[in-house]
Amino acid sequence: MRWSKLLRLVAPAFGRRGRPAAIWLLTFTTAILLASALLLYSTPEEKRISIYSNAANFSLPVLDRNGDEYIGLLELFEPLGAVSAKTNGNRWKFRYYDVESEFTAGQTRARIRSVDFNLPANFLLENGRGLVPLSSLATLMPRILGGPVTFNQNSRRLFVGNVAVHFTAQVNKTIPPKLVMNFTAPVNPMIATEPGQLRMAFNHEAVVAPGSQALTFDSKVIPSASFQENNGSAALIVAATVPLMASFTNNGRTITIEPVPQVAAQVQSPPSVPRPPNSFALPLVAGSPAARRYFAVVDPSHGGEERGASLSGQLAEKDVTLAFGRRLRQELETRGLATLLLRDNDSTLSLDQRASLTNSAHAAIYICLHAASQGDGVRVYTALVPAETESRGPFLSWDAAQAAFQLLSQSAGTGLVSELQGKQIKARSLITPLRPLNNITTAALAVEVSPPSDDMSGLNSPAYQQFIAGAIAGGLANSRDKLEARQ
Amino acid sequence: MIPRHLFIGVVVLLIVALGMSVYVWRVRGRVDRVPTPGANAQPVAPPVSGANEQVTIYVAYDDVGVVRPKLVRITLPVGRQERAVEILRSLVNLYEDRFSPHSLAAGSEIRDVYLVEPGLAIIDLNAVFADSHRSGVLVEELTIVSLVQTLAANISGITRVKFLVEGRERDTLAGHADLSNFYDSSAVTRAVAQLQNTQ
Repeated sequence: MRWSKLLRLVAPAFGRRGRPAAIWLLTFTTAILLASALLLYSTPEEKRISIYSNAANFSLPVLDRNGDEYIGLLELFEPLGAVSAKTNGNRWKFRYYDVESEFTAGQTRARIRSVDFNLPANFLLENGRGLVPLSSLATLMPRILGGPVTFNQNSRRLFVGNVAVHFTAQVNKTIPPKLVMNFTAPVNPMIATEPGQLRMAFNHEAVVAPGSQALTFDSKVIPSASFQENNGSAALIVAATVPLMASFTNNGRTITIEPVPQVAAQVQSPPSVPRPPNSFALPLVAGSPAARRYFAVVDPSHGGEERGASLSGQLAEKDVTLAFGRRLRQELETRGLATLLLRDNDSTLSLDQRASLTNSAHAAIYICLHAASQGDGVRVYTALVPAETESRGPFLSWDAAQAAFQLLSQSAGTGLVSELQGKQIKARSLITPLRPLNNITTAALAVEVSPPSDDMSGLNSPAYQQFIAGAIAGGLANSRDKLEARQ
Repeated sequence: MIPRHLFIGVVVLLIVALGMSVYVWRVRGRVDRVPTPGANAQPVAPPVSGANEQVTIYVAYDDVGVVRPKLVRITLPVGRQERAVEILRSLVNLYEDRFSPHSLAAGSEIRDVYLVEPGLAIIDLNAVFADSHRSGVLVEELTIVSLVQTLAANISGITRVKFLVEGRERDTLAGHADLSNFYDSSAVTRAVAQLQNTQ
């Protein structure tokens, strides 16, 4: 519709002053819509600077003033030591320990340690808060601190003293290949996966690039990695052709990236490599979307410092569940069902981590393993989804994510119980308030195994474990078509 | 001159008095060494006043893994919240008995029950209750559902129940049963029914 037609339509509604009022209304409405669209689509990412020092690693917002980037001087030095500031008219006195500086609002000239200093842009005073140009930090900070400062203005990362964390990266020619990265200090990056890559974001660590920002490796599985710095953060992106997992050892100084075990089996036939105790492995799925999908995720509950139930003086639930988990994986894989074992060592995984890893694996079923000293036989549980956990639109409530899969879970549980009973194993199907069952977005079961008799050591018997694991795997294999159809 | 027999009598009496003093002293020391009974962990609460009423409590049975209703007579106060506390305490007292079908550690206690409208009850357990609870999926579930079901069956309008331990939120009861979320009383009723059906 043309503008003049629109005016003719709207104008009669305003009586005698029809046309001018209609023009005003339409202009006003258009302006509001444009402003809203601009606000929605052009919200810029907040500019930040990261400061790394022996005293603290921290991040501060960067302000845009008169076309230059500025930062509050008091906020910058506060985490580094004792500071104070005093405003006297348009003069601003700043003290860091016994070093005194004086700045004047609207001027570039300042005095630090009684020596003149020129700022690249005017000093600003806003409500008693002294702002200096970001570009002055490389020269201003050494004058106040009395020590070296390295400032990468493009990435807005500032290093006070010799705090940089360096690393080496090398792909070992093992089968499967492993990318081993050794850092000069412990690191704890945020790890995320995208198709074809695994990304490690170093938001609080002073990690710096090795000689080159781009690293290439003589490996078809892990061909390259690149180091990127931007807006006060650094990231290392590892390119991969298969799903990868990252494990931390040496107190966080070494990160090993390797194909997840099942994928490794496809790449080459690997020897069984024992994992170091207490290493934390996140089987994060990277690689192409067409990467292998798992039928089952097996979760040996507890682990690490969380021992679970004390089944006897020496026997902890976490050890029994791990042994059961390994046997169940073996039994499922011999039936051609790809299985991801969430914990293959004595590591600690939170309930949320277990749920997140399971949901990102998009498996057909999740089986959480528990062991108990009470009762006999096997108990198969589905989730008792908690109250007041309403999903909104496309967003599932975390606490009731299982709600949409309850029927499928109950069907799988009933099938599993029938299979167990068919093998003369006492089995019950129950509902239980057990996390993370309610956080799982696929069929989810918990299996609690009790000792075969009053003898608790029976729980640890390989023959008993193999028998139960075989029966469970058989039950799950029977439900395969139904589970995969829903998947 | 003191007669001889009088002298001997006085000496004998002195010896007897001395001997008795020694005996008394020793008996007193022995009494001091007898251990005093441990402090009673049960709360010292004023006696409940009110009518003696019949209520249904839902008792867990570990041997068969079910929760069954049981009629008991207890003295109940008039206030709704006070009634909730007394009913749950009667259930916990039953569990603390040596021959209970679902034993809880001595000193386990319901600190308080808060009825928050509409339909929300908050059960505050003491630390002993949670810290000493046996660990296991079924055994923890039995405790939780018997408490929720007992409360919902006796206090009208309860639709959701939340657990606290010493006034604070806690992730699990003893490593398994979830305490971080609210319990829907109707979902718990279904869980209780399933326990009955599959025993």
